[in-house]
Amino acid sequence: MNNGMNNVRTVPSLAPNKPMKVPTVADTTLDNGLRLLTVRRPGVPLVELRLRVPFAAPKGKGGAVHVARATLLTDTLLAGTSQRNASQIAIDLQSLGGMLGASADADRLAFSGSVLSGGLPGLLSLLAEVLTDASYPKREVEGERDRLVQELAIHRSSPGVIAREHLMARMYGDHPYALDLPSAEDVADVKAKQLRALHIDRIVPAGSILTLVGDITPAKAKGLVEKAFAAWTATTKAVKTPSAPPQPGRRALLVDRPGAVQTTLRFGGAAPTRADDDYAAASLANLVFGGYFSSRWVSNIREDKGYTYSPHSGIDHPLAGSRLVAGADVATGVTAPALLESLYELGRMATVPVGQDELDQARRYAIGTLALSTASQAGLSGLVSQLAGSGQDITWLRTHVAALQTVTVEDVLAASARWLAPSVLTPVFVGDSAVIADSLRALVDLETA
Amino acid sequence: MPTTVTPVRTSNLSYAIVRGKLRNGLRIVVLPDATSPVVAVAVYYDVGMRSEPEGRTGFAHLFEHLMFQGSASLAKSEHFSYVQGSGGVLNGSTHVDYTNYYEVLPSNATELAMFLEADRMRSVSLTLENLQNQVAVVQNEIRVNVQNRPYGGFPWLQMPPVLFDSFANSHDGYGSFVDLEAATLEDAQSFFDRYYAPGNAVLAVAGDVDPDQVLAWAKQHFGDIPARTVPKAPAFTEPPLTAERRAVVEDRLAPAPAVALAWRTPNPKDLATYLPFVVLAEVLTDGDAARLQERLLLKDRTATSVGGYLGIMGDPLDARDPTPLLIEVHHAPDVPVETIIATVDEEIARLASDGLEQDEVTRTVARMVARFLRDVDPVLGRATHAAVYEQQRGRAELLNELPGLLAAVTAAQVQKAAATLRTDNRAVLELRGASA
Repeated sequence: MNNGMNNVRTVPSLAPNKPMKVPTVADTTLDNGLRLLTVRRPGVPLVELRLRVPFAAPKGKGGAVHVARATLLTDTLLAGTSQRNASQIAIDLQSLGGMLGASADADRLAFSGSVLSGGLPGLLSLLAEVLTDASYPKREVEGERDRLVQELAIHRSSPGVIAREHLMARMYGDHPYALDLPSAEDVADVKAKQLRALHIDRIVPAGSILTLVGDITPAKAKGLVEKAFAAWTATTKAVKTPSAPPQPGRRALLVDRPGAVQTTLRFGGAAPTRADDDYAAASLANLVFGGYFSSRWVSNIREDKGYTYSPHSGIDHPLAGSRLVAGADVATGVTAPALLESLYELGRMATVPVGQDELDQARRYAIGTLALSTASQAGLSGLVSQLAGSGQDITWLRTHVAALQTVTVEDVLAASARWLAPSVLTPVFVGDSAVIADSLRALVDLETA
Repeated sequence: MPTTVTPVRTSNLSYAIVRGKLRNGLRIVVLPDATSPVVAVAVYYDVGMRSEPEGRTGFAHLFEHLMFQGSASLAKSEHFSYVQGSGGVLNGSTHVDYTNYYEVLPSNATELAMFLEADRMRSVSLTLENLQNQVAVVQNEIRVNVQNRPYGGFPWLQMPPVLFDSFANSHDGYGSFVDLEAATLEDAQSFFDRYYAPGNAVLAVAGDVDPDQVLAWAKQHFGDIPARTVPKAPAFTEPPLTAERRAVVEDRLAPAPAVALAWRTPNPKDLATYLPFVVLAEVLTDGDAARLQERLLLKDRTATSVGGYLGIMGDPLDARDPTPLLIEVHHAPDVPVETIIATVDEEIARLASDGLEQDEVTRTVARMVARFLRDVDPVLGRATHAAVYEQQRGRAELLNELPGLLAAVTAAQVQKAAATLRTDNRAVLELRGASA
């Protein structure tokens, strides 16, 4: 049914582009080695805070123990100091209009928070107190440890988590990037005194980066941070993430989940870092393949065939090597046809040039969404902090836009052949093996978990 | 425990708000702000899951998908390619009382986004092929978000049939597969004709724009869409519960049990009565300093997580009456659910009988305001809040006024609200996991 086909109108053209505003980042290093990045972005009376502390896990069994301790450490950092207990810290955070949380991965410990701008001095004092004086009370650590064990069981009941754990293990072997989540056994072994030791050893200002974005001037921020963080003087040397293994593309893995109504399909592989010459081409190749709604993969397996709701492909940037992960959750009965179309689209990227119009559209999307990512306090603080964490500064935005503007169809073909070819990707399927295994074997050499 | 820091004072916001209205009834709200060269364009239609007909559960959401499948001037997929090819992002979502569509783009694409919204409001293309394709897509959305994951639909799809009686309030808004497959093009056309009239919509534009120019573009692109009769907003109100209701769901994918408790709140339209309930939910559950968190997580250690909120989809100010206050607790299999329920009851009763210090309300509100500010800092958050406030209350200005209204809530009001959460007027939904 068409509502008035005689109503066809001419689509308005775009007004001229406004030049991209690259924010001014004040960059300073304090006497204790802490680097402070500040962007004044008035708007709402809030300040966003990010703090990255190098926190790399070692290879092998030590890595698993580290991940278990690091996870519990982030859950109990705010459980008390010699000045305030857990409830007091929680009450004070509320009073400041503040939020503060910590998380750890195999590269770094990250604090993320925000606060009413009038509460910034209070939040900085509280954070400094936690960094220099977190006490990891035995009762809180043990309670949180038991809770974490139960939470891990809940996480691991989700098919997306199951698929990711298998994919990371397959891609990274004994490298700590294989350990997205700690094992329940390793968590159960953690003692409060081990957290205190880990904290003293690894939470140090040298190499750490504090980012503040919002209703604050750089001069005022520097004064507040210098005052609050003066006592943070630990001097142990930061540890670097071990180099990650190459990604040659490993044999497909099928993980049985009896009765599953969908198959959780994932592909993983290596990707260029933001500093690599072909990063702009690879990021556009990723977009054309499956990185946004107007991509080939979404058009094919969702909008044409209805096999899935949300196929998506993306590049992320762990410090020891960037990676590409593509995923779709497809109805069980169409698992093999969905894989066939996915391999077709990947193979087509790697062997046939993309259309100039496809490339230009992806390019405009990549450039435009960079502008969107800097438009809110929260978005900008995340971006500034991430770039700094991988050794870039905000001027990378300008460099990257210039690189995006010059990428050619040939560049995309070369990047696709290198990073998107089916032969360099590792596939993982989580689904009902009894229904899908035979048909998958028609397409890929399959190993079962 | 008193705070050891001085509570931070909050104040109202001062975003400029410019209004317009076209002869066909379309209402327009513009929020100019040149901080960044970006814009959000949002269209809110005053129809949601509560208005879908019996036998067509999930239809409002299915129809949302159809709105992306092309219109008179745009082939299938062109809506996406125009927005994304301008450097923008887009989406839509279906709620109990509204369906929204939005784009966030570099501000040089403002007119384009308005044109795209106008084109589908004037002349959406409804084809059988697209309908069948989107039924399959929606079924996969339900599989990934509900059927194939633990705790899928808990409690937002599973609580309404326990707490409410009418079809409108109690049915599964994602839809049954049978109903989705029964949907016809005629259903779609009549749903569009009835609910997607310009007079049933609000257009909000926030960001780096000149309001006069936006109003001129609105007239140019939306102005000749014919006016249609706008359905009267039906009353979905149900009387308070007079006895406790209980239900159990089995979730074979869930490794541990959970329980949700829900009460019907006062009409959200009356903010003076309603906002104390919004604050109450936070006093009970926002962070380790909240009553239920401190008791269940820190003291008793019987729960693994505690949450609480108003509105079945988690936003207290985007739904009309009736709307619930919900408390959700996940706990270990070896803790009896009755222990959890009894502890929640005890804490609510303590709040109702002993009250609370104003200081506890002040600090709770400080963080609520901070979270609200964080939501409205991005242009999209500003456009969506303004649109729903304008649509449901005729008051986009609530965007600026909400911090002050929250700060005016008193301890006595929160205590009084707590006293209405009794055991004999609530619904309890128990989720039993694989270990039960």
